[in-house]
Amino acid sequence: MGTYILKRLAISIPVLFFISVGAFVLVHLTPGDPADMYITPDMTQAQIELTRASLGLDRPLFIQYFDWISNFLTGNLGFSFGNRQPVLDIIGQRLSPTLLLMSLSLLVAYLTAIPLGIIAALRKDTLTDRFIIGWTFLNVSFPPFFLGLALIYIFAVKLDILPTGGMSVLGAENGAEDLIMHLILPVIVMASQFSANMIRYVRASVIDVMHQNYIRTALAKGLNRRQILWHHVLRNSLIPIVTVIGTDLPKIIGGAVITEQIFQWPGIGSLTVAAINSRDYPILMAIVILSAVAVLIANFVIDILYALIDPRIKYGK
Amino acid sequence: MGETILSVKDLHISFRTLDGKVSAVRGVTFDLKRGETLALVGESGSGKSVSMKAINRVLPGNTLYDQGEIIYEGQNLLKLSESAMEKIRGRKIAMIFQDPMTSLNPTMSVGKQIAESILIHEDMSREEALEQAVELMRLVGIRNPQESWKNYPHQFSGGMRQRVMIALSLACKPDILIADEPTTALDVTIQSQILDLIDDLKKQLNMSVIFITHDLGVVAHVADKVAVMYAGRIVEIGTAEEIFYNPQHPYTWGLICSMPSLDTKDAALYSIPGSPPNLLHVPQGDAFAPRNAYALEIDYEQQPPFFRVGNSATHYAATWLLAPEAPKVVPPAEILKRQDVFKHTYLLQI
Repeated sequence: MGTYILKRLAISIPVLFFISVGAFVLVHLTPGDPADMYITPDMTQAQIELTRASLGLDRPLFIQYFDWISNFLTGNLGFSFGNRQPVLDIIGQRLSPTLLLMSLSLLVAYLTAIPLGIIAALRKDTLTDRFIIGWTFLNVSFPPFFLGLALIYIFAVKLDILPTGGMSVLGAENGAEDLIMHLILPVIVMASQFSANMIRYVRASVIDVMHQNYIRTALAKGLNRRQILWHHVLRNSLIPIVTVIGTDLPKIIGGAVITEQIFQWPGIGSLTVAAINSRDYPILMAIVILSAVAVLIANFVIDILYALIDPRIKYGK
Repeated sequence: MGETILSVKDLHISFRTLDGKVSAVRGVTFDLKRGETLALVGESGSGKSVSMKAINRVLPGNTLYDQGEIIYEGQNLLKLSESAMEKIRGRKIAMIFQDPMTSLNPTMSVGKQIAESILIHEDMSREEALEQAVELMRLVGIRNPQESWKNYPHQFSGGMRQRVMIALSLACKPDILIADEPTTALDVTIQSQILDLIDDLKKQLNMSVIFITHDLGVVAHVADKVAVMYAGRIVEIGTAEEIFYNPQHPYTWGLICSMPSLDTKDAALYSIPGSPPNLLHVPQGDAFAPRNAYALEIDYEQQPPFFRVGNSATHYAATWLLAPEAPKVVPPAEILKRQDVFKHTYLLQI
């Protein structure tokens, strides 16, 4: 197992390298120029060139990349083109709101989705099942911006019981109650997206396991439905569920672009949108690398979980 | 052979499907005595497996128990509550299934799976149950059980997994063991080992065994009584000797003739022409009539009742050929040849 972990780590280094090259090229290929932000109509061409040079954009692309990666390897992610602050500080500020929002959303989503999925599977083809499946269908069909705006309209505009967005009311910073009020709507929007997906996977997986021959064996042993569910069904239906968790996990760091934008949540998602709009290359690169690392870590965690759940899965030495 | 412990009377079972009602079992009646081995023989879809799963009520949710009784210890199992049934399953009536590759939970060690069957029925600690599980594994011939109980099913071969299944089903020393084609998925050499093992354990534990199989050869040397099923009904029932030496039903003749044998020199193996009826639409008269070279006119109109064969108290066959008015029919020559074969192979032990 130890060597397996080392191997995985070793493989992730070239993976990250190629991702960084690809991302760097793509980011620089996008139409638009970061220097545009500094340009005023009365600037001469020479002044514009000077601005570009001050951002380092006049050099050949591979030199720029080399510059970026050598800084990156020393732990320096550069400075934002926008406010000239260190990228690391900006990311650091934006990371905790996203971590808070996304992990809470995932928690709420899984805590509701797993029991609902199991109930739907056990009551397959009954009214309860139809209702749960219909509910997930509704959730998957509503785009998050629509659900978000609808919730804002109802609870913030009409009923005026919840804030429209942001993380806190001015002057009420650090108040836990205030934070919770601001979390409710975005968490509902995110959780409904995550849970709808999860319910369907849990239901399908549990139904699949219930049809396995070893469940019939368990029944013939004299176990009741509850014992069969706990001792034989759940663990075996975990594998596809863990796969879904694996695709959800990186979003804890990557954030939700649309939902954060609608609720003006000061997280990584809205930072991404702002960085794209202003062609803030250093920020964009940092977000891409951060997301790539998150995906690699999530995949790694998932692979370890597979081996823990299913004894048939063993990783070579 | 002891008293009757299980008595199935006129059992009718059907399944609700999207196409309609499928009558899988259409009147099955038999008694099982303590210590007796009954073999239920028939083609796929003849209802043998369904009628046996009905005894333990492990059939899927769309099953309808239309008619009949299954009497065990004075109560009708079909009328018992689910929780009362849970106390009988595994403890009094245990089952072994066809495919040992998929019949064990892949994420639970075999020792735990065996111990679980003990724990749910008997009041003891986990450690005691595990000790018993190891003992059972030794009993069914698994090497080094002190170590291998921790292993998972995928670490065992097919034959060893079937031994685990047997250990698991015998955990509570049941009265009745239902073995649903226990050797179908195994190599021929392993098949006879497993059959002998079940037979040995049956004697040790004084159980009754019901073998479900489509292979007459499999049961010839372990069965006391043989019931031949066709299209949801028993068409002939008798002691193994009666069925092998003196078969009366044309379907039984067909089954016996289609057994491969080292002594048959003919190149092509006999097979019964046609295929079993679709039980979505139950045919009128005898369901076997269209495939029966010996069918009489009445076969197409009326289902034959059971006729007693000669003076035997145990041998019955549902064929109009046994009616007093029926023309005398000579069984195919192959049957007579086979009887000789049986005498020298399978039945020597009886």
